[in-house]
Amino acid sequence: MSKLKLIIQREYLTRVRKKSFIIGTLLAPVGLLVYFLVIVGLTKYESGGEINVVVQDEAGVVGIIPDEKGVRYIPSGGRTLEQLKEAVVEGQYDGVLRIPQLASLKQNDLTIFYYSDKKMAPEKREFIERRVAKKVREFKIDSLHLDRASLEYLDTDVSIDPEKITEKGEDESKYTIGVGLVIGGIMAFIMFFMVMMYGQMVMRSVMEEKTNRIVEVMMSSVRPFQLMLGKIIGAGAVGLTQVVAWIVLSGAVMFVVPLLVDVDPQAMQPPVTAGQPQIDPEMAQGEAFRVFSELGKQNWTLLVGSFVIFFLGGYFIYSSMFAAIGSAMGDDYGEGQALVLPVTIPIILAFYIVAFVGIRNPDSGLMVFASMFPLFSPIVMPFRMAFSPPMWQIILSLVLTIGAAFFFVWMAGRIYRVGILLYGKKVSFKEIGKWLFY
Amino acid sequence: MILSIQNVTKRYDKHTAVDNVTFDVPKGSVFGLLGPNGAGKTSLIRMITTITGPDEGEIRLDGEKLNDRTPEQIGYMPEERGLYKKMKVGEHLMYLAQLKGLSEKNARKEINTWFEKFEITDWWNKKVEELSKGMQQKIQFITTVVHKPKLLILDEPFSGLDPINTTLIKDEIRALNEAGISIIFSTHRMEQVEEMCEHIVLINRGKNVLFGEVNTIKNEFKQNLYRIETPDALPADFGEKFQVIPASNGYITVQLEHENQSGDLLRYLVQQNIHVTRFQEILPTFNEIFIRRVEETQN
Repeated sequence: MSKLKLIIQREYLTRVRKKSFIIGTLLAPVGLLVYFLVIVGLTKYESGGEINVVVQDEAGVVGIIPDEKGVRYIPSGGRTLEQLKEAVVEGQYDGVLRIPQLASLKQNDLTIFYYSDKKMAPEKREFIERRVAKKVREFKIDSLHLDRASLEYLDTDVSIDPEKITEKGEDESKYTIGVGLVIGGIMAFIMFFMVMMYGQMVMRSVMEEKTNRIVEVMMSSVRPFQLMLGKIIGAGAVGLTQVVAWIVLSGAVMFVVPLLVDVDPQAMQPPVTAGQPQIDPEMAQGEAFRVFSELGKQNWTLLVGSFVIFFLGGYFIYSSMFAAIGSAMGDDYGEGQALVLPVTIPIILAFYIVAFVGIRNPDSGLMVFASMFPLFSPIVMPFRMAFSPPMWQIILSLVLTIGAAFFFVWMAGRIYRVGILLYGKKVSFKEIGKWLFY
Repeated sequence: MILSIQNVTKRYDKHTAVDNVTFDVPKGSVFGLLGPNGAGKTSLIRMITTITGPDEGEIRLDGEKLNDRTPEQIGYMPEERGLYKKMKVGEHLMYLAQLKGLSEKNARKEINTWFEKFEITDWWNKKVEELSKGMQQKIQFITTVVHKPKLLILDEPFSGLDPINTTLIKDEIRALNEAGISIIFSTHRMEQVEEMCEHIVLINRGKNVLFGEVNTIKNEFKQNLYRIETPDALPADFGEKFQVIPASNGYITVQLEHENQSGDLLRYLVQQNIHVTRFQEILPTFNEIFIRRVEETQN
């Protein structure tokens, strides 16, 4: 077996067999499961029990309100406010809801009163307000002798659907942007996460070898470059293993959750506001279909293929820098922090560019530049990919990233070779720069 | 010659760590690479083990220029040594042995042989961190020799070892040497040099300041001092005929101008009916030679 292969194998196996890795890999999806169960539980949870509200409708505006969402509306039955209050004190009702007369039909602001010594949950309060507002609206419509059906015609949902003019253009639907944002966002996040986590893992591992002095023994058997590359590839393979395991396990979790609890898809949505129409199940199906058709429109071969290349490129660029930094660092991690910062800043910056600029305008000048610049491109370009940038930009970015990956691995190798055998010296960037030319 | 070093120079930045050093290590010998701390020993060893390359000069192992296969022919135990703490002993040895070019099968066979020799057959599945420091040193020694190198380089091999393990490793080194393996011994413990080495090179400030066979060097550095032990009082004119060096230990030490005069000294004592219980040439210890030579080159 070749030496590089042996190194990769050891780096991979020792990590994958670690308890922390196994626990982390298994627990993350379990954590996700717990998260979903909690969310489902929370959305199903209704604050407080049922309350009985007696309604004193002075204006005769609201009429009878059906019981709903833990609120029972009881008509006052001709009793006075004082009598009703007494009934509340005696414990017959939770409170009195007094709806004063409307000054005129033009009144847009109506204050209604709730008499009780108990506090009302904000959720219930909001609900009652909405319910009464709806009743008032209906009262006004009837009083003005308007045709309800005609009024429904007034509400119109407007959305822009971009259409191509020439064949070169792309046919987008209003879902293109949304779907692109989600796919791009997920890819950018995975990149960011992997590079940060596994890049730093490489760094710590290099430091550890230096600190426990195995490295001098290793150096008499293998080239420094082989050891560094083996470590980078081994740790990267561990990262991929973890991501694949997470995807598979998360898929399983997603499949299992609906079986465990009965999820009401609407319960996951934020509460519907008064003016908005309820989601029509048929329409929802249509939306889902359009989202899927949009997903189908993506060039997945190109998307996944280039993502893998960008992933490898980005991983090699950053983990080799981390390896170089780790080799230059002594036993003291705290002291080395100053060296780590310049490596983490570009990753974070790239992520910020995506988060703050990319989401608003994926094709802006800054985004185009960032998707070419090799320190940013592995995170920025996969995000842009979901918005079908021009092919020449994709190819140029790929070429630059791959070129940069080779360059950084080479450069890190030169630094590593010197740094790894140097002890007891505080290293500056100037010093590291010199090592390149030893 | 197992190793030939010709005009080798190594510079780091502005510092010259090894300065035009030349020496040979005879095949099958135990060779001492000596020098004070920071003399350039480690820099030299790193070039021999191909960890770094010389800026100038040439190194040959068994007549061949150093190449990619050189590491497989050398066993190196650095002074700064360590193992992967979380690995199991058996796996660790397998890994390093395979990196030295052994096949999986051969590696397993060789490791088992050493395990039996050191009576540690039940260690295979132990984690390195579970072993005591002395036990780890044994494992470290096995990693150095498991691939049957032509040349063994041991940098301060006994540091951190208790007397029992020191003897054990010493015996193994001797056995390996008898089996034909050449050994370079880097140390600044001079009593070990006298005990183990046949040839030495002394490096100071990157330069070769002394090189040769141990006995020859000792003879070169001798000052024709002789020690006499006798219960009798010496004749009154003894001090006029021979130069007596005052010594605190009660023996009589005489400095002769030339080693041929030792016969004259002994004859004189016999003629004077002195009862000589001991007559011995005093050779310098390596410690003295080392310090003298280092001081000379320092000035």
